[in-house]
Amino acid sequence: MSRQYLIGAGLLIALVAFPLLSPWSTVILTVALCEGLAALGILVLLRAGQVSFGHGLYFAFSAYVVAFMAAAHLGHEVLLLVPIATAASGLVAALVGLFIVRYRAIFFGMLNLAISMVFFSLLEKLFSITGGADGKRVPRPTLLGMTLERESFEFWMFYITLALAVVAALFVARYLASSGGKALEAIKSNETRLEYLGVSSRKVLYGAYLLSGLLAGLGGAIIALVSGHVTPELAYWVRSGEFVFIAILGGVGGVAGPFLGALMFQIIRGYAAVYAPETWHAVLGIMLLVIIFFAPSGLYGLIAGRRRASGEAAR
Amino acid sequence: MVRTKLAAALFAATALLGLPAAAQEKPKELVVGIATFLSGPASVFGVPGKAAADLFFEEINAKGGILGVPVKPVYVDEGAGTNQLISEYRRVVQDQGAQIMLGAISSGSCNALAPVAEDLKVVNVMWDCGTQTIFEEGKWKYSVRTQGHAGAEMMATLLYLMKVKPDFKTVAVVNQDYAWGRESWALLQAGLKALKPDVKIVAELFPKFGAPDFSTEITRLSALRPDVVISTSWGGDLDTFVQQAAARGLLKQSTFVLPLAESSMERLGAVMPEGVIVGSRGDHYFLHPKYKNTAEMQAFVKAYKAKTGAYPIYPTFHMNQAVTGLVKAYEKAAAAAGGKWPSKEQVIAAFEGLEFKSLTGTITIRSDHQGLEDQMLGTTRRVPEYPFAVYDKIALYPGKLVTTPLGEKSLDWFAKVKPELVKDKSIETFDYVK
Repeated sequence: MSRQYLIGAGLLIALVAFPLLSPWSTVILTVALCEGLAALGILVLLRAGQVSFGHGLYFAFSAYVVAFMAAAHLGHEVLLLVPIATAASGLVAALVGLFIVRYRAIFFGMLNLAISMVFFSLLEKLFSITGGADGKRVPRPTLLGMTLERESFEFWMFYITLALAVVAALFVARYLASSGGKALEAIKSNETRLEYLGVSSRKVLYGAYLLSGLLAGLGGAIIALVSGHVTPELAYWVRSGEFVFIAILGGVGGVAGPFLGALMFQIIRGYAAVYAPETWHAVLGIMLLVIIFFAPSGLYGLIAGRRRASGEAAR
Repeated sequence: MVRTKLAAALFAATALLGLPAAAQEKPKELVVGIATFLSGPASVFGVPGKAAADLFFEEINAKGGILGVPVKPVYVDEGAGTNQLISEYRRVVQDQGAQIMLGAISSGSCNALAPVAEDLKVVNVMWDCGTQTIFEEGKWKYSVRTQGHAGAEMMATLLYLMKVKPDFKTVAVVNQDYAWGRESWALLQAGLKALKPDVKIVAELFPKFGAPDFSTEITRLSALRPDVVISTSWGGDLDTFVQQAAARGLLKQSTFVLPLAESSMERLGAVMPEGVIVGSRGDHYFLHPKYKNTAEMQAFVKAYKAKTGAYPIYPTFHMNQAVTGLVKAYEKAAAAAGGKWPSKEQVIAAFEGLEFKSLTGTITIRSDHQGLEDQMLGTTRRVPEYPFAVYDKIALYPGKLVTTPLGEKSLDWFAKVKPELVKDKSIETFDYVK
């Protein structure tokens, strides 16, 4: 537990300091945090042994809620838009969760994928409403009632996102350590035994699903605000797959993992885009293969494992 | 204590961020960021665009650069998706110090990037995207377009169709199901209603973008037998559609109107029959009847063919217009600033009213930052000199004639277009000459 806090604190300090040193990185880091939030949602489900290939749905849903509300000048304020959009995604997760928690493993993954792809097609096909594949522009809202210039908006959005990510990570860590979180692990290891203990595995998974939907929704709402544009690709299966990937890359051992993974993902993608603009797909793929082969428990596992070894040596 | 330090750091950072552009001294190099498709289906335009940009910048640097400053192109992949593109675009401006951005090919990208360019205060040359709504519905200080827009392209297409096949009664459309396919059809439909109110639209088909098979659409078309089939599709979609339609004899049964087919002609080779109406989103064509023998054109076609093994297609000419426009704008701005290195604001101001020669004509930038470009269409013909179809019965429409007037919206303008325009005296015509 203390190790988890240590890694988290280290990551937090690095994140707080970095934008001060290189201001251009704020948006990229904010994007990484948003993806980290969605991957954190995936981590919760992974604890129960379930993989969702459709969390792009919640990511995109809240992003579009932000886009529509901002365009209609309804609540043109970050502190209103983000909670409302996140809650909207939570509502969708609450509805989808009603039936999806009945399924396990491949069926769970595929159903999530199917629903997110239905939403993706709707966004593309309802051209006159959603703007089709070109998406919608998100006018910059006010922050605390202040109309900010780009630099300061991006600057404050980053620290707000960071604060929200810390709160979310601490909450998830607390949740995973609670009886509900332990029951999640029991779903993975032996669901029948869990039921015999008198715990409804569906209820447990429903709670986890709702939480994961909210986390993905939070990430989506913020990404819509900082990039100023939403497109259906936010709901595309590739995006959903990225979240799973980030979660596994970062490691599911601790709540800092998804954020580590998201940062690494952005860094690799960023460097690949600079040094190999024509072959960045391949570079990304190869780098990720290397990480999977040599660090199967993810970046978190790598760091935590090292520290454990050195700690034992010191003892 | 920690809090005050943090606050001080935050303050310092915001102060740094807020610094205005320093006094204009000649930089060591001019970084030009270029957003283009390096992956995905639209790389059929993006990769030729990049190859052409490399050639043009090499040539400029061989002559000492722009106003004596060497140019360094940096590429950004549009194929990564809009959200990723926006963050890459920012990175190139903020981290790599690009003064000029050329972005982009997709209208979706341009719509997304225009506000980003305003935010970053960077000169943004929209080098290939066509949507007319950008400057009709928005006002962008830092963005400029060095070519015509979809309104001009579709108007010229309609006028050409009315000229070469005035007696058609039924029309069908097969467009890709995304913004361009929908918007271009909306324009054509409005224009058709105004020019030929009695025409019947028998089918509006929007196959999925990137569809590998068009047999459903082709079966319907062969049953309906429309006089005219319009498709603004491009790339792999257009290649597949033409191949499958040709196999079923559809291209002989109806007159096909393919305003973007120039970019597919070499790939389609012998599949493309004679008598198909083709265009290239502008007045450019490597066999342009007026300019094919100029030294510049011949040098470009030769260099491009040596580099890529193919003949140049329209995105390479759009890239030429963007790069030439940029050089001319810098020269004009420097002259206005008394020979000093111009600021970004001076460069963008120089674009207004700028007139420059491209490889195939003259481009004028209007005060709304929209370029006026002539439009050229033709009908395919097979000739022994090339293993693919070439333009014949060419008509050249002056940009001023076919571009929506300043301050008007294209859809409204299309709805009130008069049939007299078809026979306007300013339209030049040519036949294929070897």
